[in-house]
Amino acid sequence: MIRYIIRRLLWAVVLFVAVTAVTYSLFFIVPADPAKIMAGKSAGPEEVERVRKALGLDQPIYVQYKDFLQRLVVDHSLGTSYANRQDVNDIVSAAAPVTASLVFGGMILWLLIAFPIGVYSALRPRSKIDRTAMVGVLIGISAHPVWIALLLAYFVGYRWGLTPIQGYCEVFSPPPGSSSTCPGFSLWQWAYHLILPWITISVLYAAFYVRMIRSNTMDTLNEDYVRTARAKGVREFNVLRSHVLRNAMLPVVTMLGMDLALALGGAIFTEFVFGLPGLGQEAVQSIRRFDYPTTVGLTVFATIVVIVFNLLVDILYAYIDPRIRLS
Amino acid sequence: MALLEVRDLKTHFHTDDGVVRAVDGVSFSVEKGKTLAIVGESGSGKSVTCLSVMGLNPKRGTDVSGEALFNGRDLLKLSGEELRNIRGAEMSMIFQDPMTSLNPVHTIGRQLREAVHVHEKVPKQQAQARALEMLKAVGIPRAETRTDDYPHQFSGGMRQRVMIAMALINNPDLLIADEPTTALDVTTQAQIISLMSRLQRDFGSAIILITHDLGVVAETADEVMVMYAGRAVEQAPYKGLFYQPHHPYTWGLMDSMPNLAGDETDLTPIPGTPPSLLRPPKGCKFNPRCRFVMDVCRETEPELKPVPGDANHLERCHLEEAVKQAEIERITTERLGAVS
Repeated sequence: MIRYIIRRLLWAVVLFVAVTAVTYSLFFIVPADPAKIMAGKSAGPEEVERVRKALGLDQPIYVQYKDFLQRLVVDHSLGTSYANRQDVNDIVSAAAPVTASLVFGGMILWLLIAFPIGVYSALRPRSKIDRTAMVGVLIGISAHPVWIALLLAYFVGYRWGLTPIQGYCEVFSPPPGSSSTCPGFSLWQWAYHLILPWITISVLYAAFYVRMIRSNTMDTLNEDYVRTARAKGVREFNVLRSHVLRNAMLPVVTMLGMDLALALGGAIFTEFVFGLPGLGQEAVQSIRRFDYPTTVGLTVFATIVVIVFNLLVDILYAYIDPRIRLS
Repeated sequence: MALLEVRDLKTHFHTDDGVVRAVDGVSFSVEKGKTLAIVGESGSGKSVTCLSVMGLNPKRGTDVSGEALFNGRDLLKLSGEELRNIRGAEMSMIFQDPMTSLNPVHTIGRQLREAVHVHEKVPKQQAQARALEMLKAVGIPRAETRTDDYPHQFSGGMRQRVMIAMALINNPDLLIADEPTTALDVTTQAQIISLMSRLQRDFGSAIILITHDLGVVAETADEVMVMYAGRAVEQAPYKGLFYQPHHPYTWGLMDSMPNLAGDETDLTPIPGTPPSLLRPPKGCKFNPRCRFVMDVCRETEPELKPVPGDANHLERCHLEEAVKQAEIERITTERLGAVS
């Protein structure tokens, strides 16, 4: 088990270097001169050169990449934004909780929807509920999150006035210098502002998960060991709990880890429509401004999240599946 | 009175393409402590017969009719809960593929204890002691150290031993073994068969052995039922079946069995494939593959009736007894080296 984790960790390091190197060089291929943008429209050529030198942009890419890695590993710093001189670490740590709230809350919601429906559909294939669920799945997968978000915002938020349409509220105190329009800071306000985003993000994932849980459960129901359990006289409920679901959920755990990591990297559409200052919003903004340090910083963070989640999933998977743990 | 008395069992599956008559009017009985072998090709209805008795067929789209009297109760009329109480306690079943028949995420100790706990409220230690005792009885080496191991840490033969231990842990009156050795290599097959015979003596369980291996039948069976396309085509005590085989399908099975005694006879496979159970042939279901087919075979299906002079030996064939005797003569001289 220990060796397994060490092997996984080494892999994670390799993955990290590869992803950051690619991202870092991508931004330098884009034909835009960050020094010019930083120096401003009225700056003369000498001014631009000075800025270039000050930011280290006159160095070759590999030197810049080395500096970047060094800063990251030694100082744990992602650098400073070109756009507003803000520390990128601060930008990330302000945006991350917003996206985390959105994604983890959404995950709980989509699992609460997908698990019972998926299992029930597997147990009663072709029943009315199963057929309805399958139509719902098709709609959920086909409907674009922006469309769903706009519909929800229009009807639930605007026409019926049940929820806020825009914005995010912290659970605790307002962040220093924030121009928040929150009426108060509490768990309630936090959740209240996230209801529509959660529903939006859940629709697509719930659809995927209903389908996946349904097919996994149906496959597992046909396994020989399930017949063995029935032949032993195990109650149907326990057959389902102890023999079917335990095995059917193994692939779901893997999927969940990957989906969470991807969603954390940017639930861009949902954040955009509901004006949530999350990672996706920040990423889009920084790309528009050619704010390279912020873009790279957000990418690095997303990469770390993906790697960490993959690692967690691998370890969790080994924990629940003895065939991996003991081989 | 017989332990299990099955009368006119019919299991029909309703599919999108029509009704599949997987088992179509089968009757047999199993005496206490005896072994009945059910023989036939894949798709002949052997497994479905036993799954019907156990109540393990899928419920949806399945019609089961007839009678299956087990210790005086008709299994086919019992409620799900009553049947569940019998399954695993009074009758149990082991399956063809030991590699997939154990749950991969639970230790074998847990799976054995579960079999106890389902039917008896006993403390965990007591269930564990029973599990250990059974693992020793089926010959798992160093059983004490292996109850916390997972199925994938056992070989196929060892897993089948675990399955047998699990099936016998509640000391059932009847053990149904569905091709228990098919997925194992030959030496392991022999070990499992002799293990089952020994445990049958020790535990006094009756066995229904589903197989397509006549060699295994010869070693273990008291009674034999040969099935073809959902019906019994020949039923007899083991001696009668081997020394007076009366049905062309039985002959075919014997001709396709390797003969260790004499190597000058070739293996003769039965030509063709088993018929579709959706649209079985008219008349005798074996007629398209039968070497002795007559016009009457294509029109009317023969009744299951006793052979002349032996009321316990039933068969389903139109052929004249004289024709049969000539063929029986040939088969027994050519083939019996393999079974005696």
